[in-house]
Amino acid sequence: MNGLDYDYMMGLAPILLKYLPLTLEMAAAGMLCALVLASLLAIIRVLRIPVLNGATLLFISFFRGTPLLVQLFLFYYGLPQVLAILTQVNGITATILGLTLHFSAYMAESIRAAIVGIDRSQTEAALSIGMTNAQLMRRIILPQATRVAVPTLMNYFIDMIKSTSLAFTLGVTELMGATQKEASGSFLYFEAFLVVAIIYWVVVETLSLLQRWLEKRLNKAFVR
Amino acid sequence: MIKVEKLIKRYGANTVLNGIDLSIEKGEIIVVIGPSGTGKSTLLRCINFLECADSGRITLGGLSVDAARASKRDILTLRRQTAFVFQNYALFANKNALANVAERLIIVDGWPKARAHARAREILERIGLADKADAYPAALSGGQQQRVGIGRAMAANAELILFDEPTSALDPEWVDEVLGLMKALAAERQTMLVVTHEMQFARDVADRVIFMDGGRIVEQGPPDKLFTDPQDERTRAFLRKVLAQQPSLAP
Ligand SMILES: Nc1ncnc2c1ncn2[C@@H]1O[C@H](COP(=O)(O)OP(=O)(O)OP(=O)(O)O)[C@@H](O)[C@H]1O
Ligand SMILES: [Mg+2]
Repeated sequence: MNGLDYDYMMGLAPILLKYLPLTLEMAAAGMLCALVLASLLAIIRVLRIPVLNGATLLFISFFRGTPLLVQLFLFYYGLPQVLAILTQVNGITATILGLTLHFSAYMAESIRAAIVGIDRSQTEAALSIGMTNAQLMRRIILPQATRVAVPTLMNYFIDMIKSTSLAFTLGVTELMGATQKEASGSFLYFEAFLVVAIIYWVVVETLSLLQRWLEKRLNKAFVR
Repeated sequence: MIKVEKLIKRYGANTVLNGIDLSIEKGEIIVVIGPSGTGKSTLLRCINFLECADSGRITLGGLSVDAARASKRDILTLRRQTAFVFQNYALFANKNALANVAERLIIVDGWPKARAHARAREILERIGLADKADAYPAALSGGQQQRVGIGRAMAANAELILFDEPTSALDPEWVDEVLGLMKALAAERQTMLVVTHEMQFARDVADRVIFMDGGRIVEQGPPDKLFTDPQDERTRAFLRKVLAQQPSLAP
């Protein structure tokens, strides 16, 4: 086995880091959209809104039951053949869309569990003072559910950052795509993929630190 | 005046309220007693529409509603004129004592925050918890939580406050402070409908005691009459049992 080419690795790192913002942006956009969608799906499930509840169950079942890569190919390569407007959709948008739908299916379930875990008597208390369902959700349930759900949601965010690497299969030059290109130019595959692995690792570890800090803060909330 | 007419509530084949008729004068303090499972809680919950009765009519604050056909609007309007004090306090865990009391003024009545907080502070003062305004429920004793629960009901300025066994979940040491607060409210002639096993409270405070059994009102009257000279055998049996547990109250 040959020694590692450290100089190449040191030179490659700054080149790859230029693609990190795109990776993080896709993950952040996906996460924001997924949070909104997942909250809606969770509320539909909790309130058992007729028709929508059934549709939500189907949605969750499909997006949890199929691989993310298959979903991305379906949106990017498959759908444009059926729906003409979708030919406009570029790889980045398709990735964000795919991440949103895929992860919202998982996140909806953890948000729902957090909501259902809140003592039912608080719901009755809120209704008894004349709050509407929407006020009850906004003022009482969601703030408490957030606190319970945040640690799990952070895990999904970390997972989502790693999953953005699949975007390179849709021709997006993000962190993984850029590494692939660099590596096929230099033929130093091991070095190149080691560098990108370390970059992902550092990003995820940083987020894990943030997650632990957040958890501590949230556990302190509501007791004073 | 508040009126409940021919209220019926079933859970499956189980008829829990079997035609309740009740009218309550403004300023009247009514205590409801009766064995477990007779529908006392259900009656209060139907008046507040936490449960929807299967039939009957509820009249409150100028609005008269057929319980089976109440619209969402009707239900909100009726709820906003009543307040409920729960056995397990049911405070909002994400809000401190002040915010628990102020919540309804801000969200339901649309008061500006500053005015609502000022009013909530007055109420905390009255219930003796001014120094706990910033405390979250988790940091309050059971008695303090229940007083905040009553404070939240007071903020509603309700036609009628419904109490469902407000002291049953409390450690004995906290019972008196809660009953004391309820007595103070009664002295101001706040209309109240109270389900409780505290017979001394019923004697001292109630204008009328109602004995329920099997989803019906069996007997009712002023406390000295009902406690000393009950007419129905079921009332007598129930009182014998309860008074044996609270011997100081025996006539
Ligand atoms: N949600 C429900 N579903 C089915 N049955 C119910 C429900 N709530 C109450 N019941 C039944 O209705 C009956 C009356 O209950 P309720 O809670 O009103 O009695 P209670 O007089 O308040 O009793 P307690 O003194 O034990 O509080 C009971 O038999 C109970 O099992
Ligand atoms: Mg009860």
